[in-house]
Amino acid sequence: MTVAGRPVLDLRDVHRTHGSGEAAVHALRGVSLSVAPGELVAVMGPSGSGKSTLLTLAGGLDSPTAGDVLVEGESLGALDRRGLARLRRRRIGYVFQDLNLLGSLTAAENVALPLELDGVGVRAARRAALAALAEVGLTGLGGRFPDQMSGGQQQRVAIARALVGERRLVLADEPTGALDSQTGEAVLHLLRRRVDAGAAGVLVTHEARHAGWADRVVFLRDGVMVDATAPLASVEQLLAGSGR
Amino acid sequence: MSIRHGLLALLERGQMYGYQLRAAFEESTGSTWPLNIGQVYTTLNRLERDGLVRPLPEHEGGQRPYEITDAGRADLALWFATPISRADRPRDELSIKLALAMTTPGVNVRAVVQTQRSATMRTLQELTRLKYASDKPEDLPWRLVLDAMVFQAEAEIRWLDHCETSLVRYRPAPRAGPPARSGAPEHTDEEVHR
Repeated sequence: MTVAGRPVLDLRDVHRTHGSGEAAVHALRGVSLSVAPGELVAVMGPSGSGKSTLLTLAGGLDSPTAGDVLVEGESLGALDRRGLARLRRRRIGYVFQDLNLLGSLTAAENVALPLELDGVGVRAARRAALAALAEVGLTGLGGRFPDQMSGGQQQRVAIARALVGERRLVLADEPTGALDSQTGEAVLHLLRRRVDAGAAGVLVTHEARHAGWADRVVFLRDGVMVDATAPLASVEQLLAGSGR
Repeated sequence: MSIRHGLLALLERGQMYGYQLRAAFEESTGSTWPLNIGQVYTTLNRLERDGLVRPLPEHEGGQRPYEITDAGRADLALWFATPISRADRPRDELSIKLALAMTTPGVNVRAVVQTQRSATMRTLQELTRLKYASDKPEDLPWRLVLDAMVFQAEAEIRWLDHCETSLVRYRPAPRAGPPARSGAPEHTDEEVHR
């Protein structure tokens, strides 16, 4: 769990507002977050605190109202649609809560899809997909369709799809979903291993037990970030007025 | 739990002397419960007094091994068969502290909650690191001990989150005159739904 080098993900004073005027909802209000290679950051917070918004901005699936999002030093706001799509395919792995596997494709085809979309040849993409499936413990199951697999196996396929190739940034939104605790833990183990191998990871979760896998835990409340593992408050702060 | 049942369980594996018992105890609890050798011998003396273990002749090195008796085995079986009562556990200092913080003038209760959550979150990270590092099949007993601590820490964080949400809605009744009845926090729609 070493942390070093230029940040893979860098959010700089990011704001995201939905709507305008009195109906405006400030999903994020001035959030800054750097994630280095080899670092896994967990984002916690109550429902509606801005966790998922943060992840969609980091993944280039949405744009900030103000502020900047950089992936490996490249500002997402400066890229055109094609450039953004290419960056997403090559450098960012996304694990969604609802896996988003295509039911008409086999496990290996699902995993190979982002590579093929990126112009990688069918054979090379398949080789990489089978290697990614092996990494998540699904050797020999590449030919199965999602509905022929258990929930845990499907989740592993989704992880393999996020890890395939040389993705440097892995974004996971409640990746353990409705999995039982053992299977959920296996998923986090995989994520941790990939991060230890040099990727940067952001894990959105509402479960403290899962956040325990991270190097750093940040807490979002009403669109504002507080470090949940910051140094302890001083005695003076604790006793400084009621604050409530 | 008592050290006494821990030692009986270890002696059920076979005869051992004091230092061996201490090492085995610490190994089986992943050193989360360090024992000093004095505690081991005091406990062995009590177990001997109660007829649950018996001393064997000293080794040449001067160490005296102990073995479990039939009465000790019965006591151990009873222990394994009896659930632990929550009432037997020590009082929860944290919940008492929070309750006192809320009724002590000038204390920033949310900061107390936040400070505790940070500390517990760090503990949870450390426990998870230990688990991650012990993934061999023979590590299972130790991993389950760690899991117990992980789930306890998680429960504490959930409770702290709950406290914090409740505090947002809480408006203490004015303290004029006799103490007001507690348990009727006012709700401010704006803050609740923010």
